[in-house]
Amino acid sequence: MTTAALPGGRPVRWGEAGMLAAGLVSLTLLLVVFVVLPLGAILVRSLYDRNDAFVGLANFAAFLQTPALTVSVWNSVAVSALTTTIVVPLAFAYAFAITRTAMPGKGLFKALAQIPILAPSLLPAIALVYLFGNKGVLRDLMMGHSIYGPIGIVIGEVFYTFPHAVMILTVALSTADARLYEAAEALGAGRLRRFLTITLPGARYGLISAVFVVFTLVITDFGVPKVIGGSFNVLATDVYKQVVGQQNFGMGAVVGMVLLVPAVLAFVADWIGQKRQMALLSARSVPYAPRRRPAGDGLALLFCALVAGLLLGILGMAGFASLATFWPYDLTPTLANYDFAQFDSAGWSSYWNSLRLSVWTAVVGTAVVFVGAWLIERSPAARPLAAVARMAAIVPLAVPGMVLGLAYIFFFNAPWNPLGWLYHGMAILVLSTVVHFYTVSHLTAVTALKQLDREFEAVSASLKVPVWTTFLRVTVPLCLPAILDIAIYFFVNAMTTVSAVVFLYAPATKPASVAVLNMDDAGEVAGAAAMAMMIVYTSAGVRALHAVLSWVLQRRTQAWRAR
Amino acid sequence: MSPLPYLRLTGITKTYGGFTALKSVSLDVRRGEFLCFLGPSGCGKTTLLRVIAGLDPQTEGRVELDGRDVSRLPPSARDYGIVFQSYALFPNLSVHGNVAYGLKLKRDAERARVEELLAMVGLPGSGAKFPGQLSGGQQQRVALARALAPAPGLLLLDEPLSALDARVRLHLRRQIRDLHQRLGITTIMVTHDQEEALTMADRIVVMNNGVIDQVGTPDDIYRRPASRFVADFVGAMNMLPGVVAETGRVRLGGLDLECEADAVPGAAVTVCLRPEDVQVRAPAWVNRLDAVIETMEFLGPFHRARLAVEPLGEQRLTADLSANLVRDLDLGAGRRLPVSLPRERLRVFEAAGA
Repeated sequence: MTTAALPGGRPVRWGEAGMLAAGLVSLTLLLVVFVVLPLGAILVRSLYDRNDAFVGLANFAAFLQTPALTVSVWNSVAVSALTTTIVVPLAFAYAFAITRTAMPGKGLFKALAQIPILAPSLLPAIALVYLFGNKGVLRDLMMGHSIYGPIGIVIGEVFYTFPHAVMILTVALSTADARLYEAAEALGAGRLRRFLTITLPGARYGLISAVFVVFTLVITDFGVPKVIGGSFNVLATDVYKQVVGQQNFGMGAVVGMVLLVPAVLAFVADWIGQKRQMALLSARSVPYAPRRRPAGDGLALLFCALVAGLLLGILGMAGFASLATFWPYDLTPTLANYDFAQFDSAGWSSYWNSLRLSVWTAVVGTAVVFVGAWLIERSPAARPLAAVARMAAIVPLAVPGMVLGLAYIFFFNAPWNPLGWLYHGMAILVLSTVVHFYTVSHLTAVTALKQLDREFEAVSASLKVPVWTTFLRVTVPLCLPAILDIAIYFFVNAMTTVSAVVFLYAPATKPASVAVLNMDDAGEVAGAAAMAMMIVYTSAGVRALHAVLSWVLQRRTQAWRAR
Repeated sequence: MSPLPYLRLTGITKTYGGFTALKSVSLDVRRGEFLCFLGPSGCGKTTLLRVIAGLDPQTEGRVELDGRDVSRLPPSARDYGIVFQSYALFPNLSVHGNVAYGLKLKRDAERARVEELLAMVGLPGSGAKFPGQLSGGQQQRVALARALAPAPGLLLLDEPLSALDARVRLHLRRQIRDLHQRLGITTIMVTHDQEEALTMADRIVVMNNGVIDQVGTPDDIYRRPASRFVADFVGAMNMLPGVVAETGRVRLGGLDLECEADAVPGAAVTVCLRPEDVQVRAPAWVNRLDAVIETMEFLGPFHRARLAVEPLGEQRLTADLSANLVRDLDLGAGRRLPVSLPRERLRVFEAAGA
């Protein structure tokens, strides 16, 4: 008989699987508590009046019967539709020039298109006031019309949404299969026919996605109409007025619910589009390489230079105005407008608050997102749990910042909520910002993780190496570029965001973007411009740092990235 | 007394939702043998390997490794090394870092062990390189060294050669086989390539639709396929539909063949014969037919001929004719040729669905 001796002393790592499962459960709970429950709270709140009495759908009925509010709905829709109609073709042409022509300076133009991302949406509005306002340098171009109102809002929103549309369409247009064009050319199709039968259909999901994203960004944006809207009311400013001005939370919740509608539609459309897009490009596709066409390339260059020039012009206007002694009468350069204490009692502290908020958001957000995405996609933990967490991670994309901010008020400010202590601190600002920008970061992490060999975890288990050792020694180093991207995305967005934090800040935690809003409200436009520029300088500086870091990283890891 | 199997699988069932990937599979693997799981894609061979590895635990059944029940143990508590088709090398670690990944030794001992392993797989002195700087075959050898580093009792190979060029594959096939002979480590390899299985394995496990169809030596599998599926899947095969006329006789169209059939008269059967077993030189008088060569395909050492046989109607017979034979008899398309189908080489299976 054989005595099958059990090899003794070998650690059985059941603890590992348990901890991974616990990690997934915590992630799911986190997403439920900070996304799903607050959204439930806003829904519930919309059924109560301002005295906390249950009124059913009375708030909705009142909303429909208040002419001022229904006018806002139409105003919002009109402004959003108009902006979308302008931005999407513009961005399509710009993205087309970047991806499908052989014009010089494509990298530069790609970077310039991202300028608006570095600034809060308040900045283009402030710049427009300087350009076309009552004392504006180009006021005559308005031919008697006022910039305060729909015209100003649309121009400001075009600036603000342009980079988002360009990003989506660049991705859509860069995934082209050269073989399709070769086949079409061989069959005698002309350039217009090739464009109509290959390029446009290939980019159609990108176009749909861009339309929805731009529309949603505009209808839920609060910065531009707040500064330049004048007496032209839109839904986003109504929410602010109802909640912050009149303390009418029930009605604020109703408007918030209305704002959720286009965002959810956009989300669903995007989701359907993504599912179909998958099939378009196979692994065997041959990437499209644009050929030189002097006339077309020249035209593209001219167009891109014009657009980039306008973007730079708007930014430059705000920068210039922030340095002028007394616009427009004394243009002597001065840094006096950067002495914020003279406009706002918070002074520089709101800038430091924003910096703290951004650093915390970048650190906490990146850690949670990356570890979370890894748990969902890579860990050998229970699959059904991962499926639930995967769905929860996508939800924040459908929630506009304003609605999130409102939802957080209703949820975390509720007397029964044991998490109420979070309210009024820096923590709630960090949390809301992490959640607000969660999904895009999550998808970035997932994309990076999916590029790794499926079997790393299996190999490390067979070698009896704990799964987190492999996470730290292999997964994190391999994904470092994506991790940096996520951190920078969180940082810049935390720096510029207004929509959610405007409902959640306390006097001691007021961020810079809200200070811009307050100063503008108080008529201190120069101070507002200076603070907005501080945000731009910081975002741009961090971006530059990121570029340098990425370059260093690329060099240091060249040994193993080489083929 | 036969020794206790090194690995024993009992009643392994694996379901994914409503889909059953493995249906009550039982198997004994002897200590030190080289076993191949062979089958078409989706037959469950990789699933079975992952059950053994503990990567996708079975729904039901028992896995015993070296006398120890590991059915519910996580991968890290079992004792095996694994190599994947994709190599799964850590690209940011050097070759040394990869091979040493599972070692828990002092620095000098570790360096010595890694160098020993690299020499063993034929890559001495490449510890400082990164996987990206190596060819596919070299990377797979590093993966092999990494799996063998902690001296596991069992080596699992999941289609290790499928991603490689034909020439590299042949070379690595021999190297893995040599390594196995030198180390005597119990090895299980999953493959869909029958030639790989036939040349490398001590025993082959042919799988289909989540069950084991046959376990046997390469010779068994090739010469004595136990089922119609194995006969069809491994090697080239003439599959001729017929009906049992009486014990020992099968009717194919207008043809009566003598064979070792024990099915009841009237049963629908498939008669199988390897193309190389069609006898041309000095055909025997048993099962003799008059054939006409319809087409001939040149395949190097032999020609593959399609033979028309009148009583078989539309059904064609495939025969492999050696180059010598073709030259000696001056064979070509259109030639009339008497052939015979050796009685002992004909294998009869009940027809599918019967």
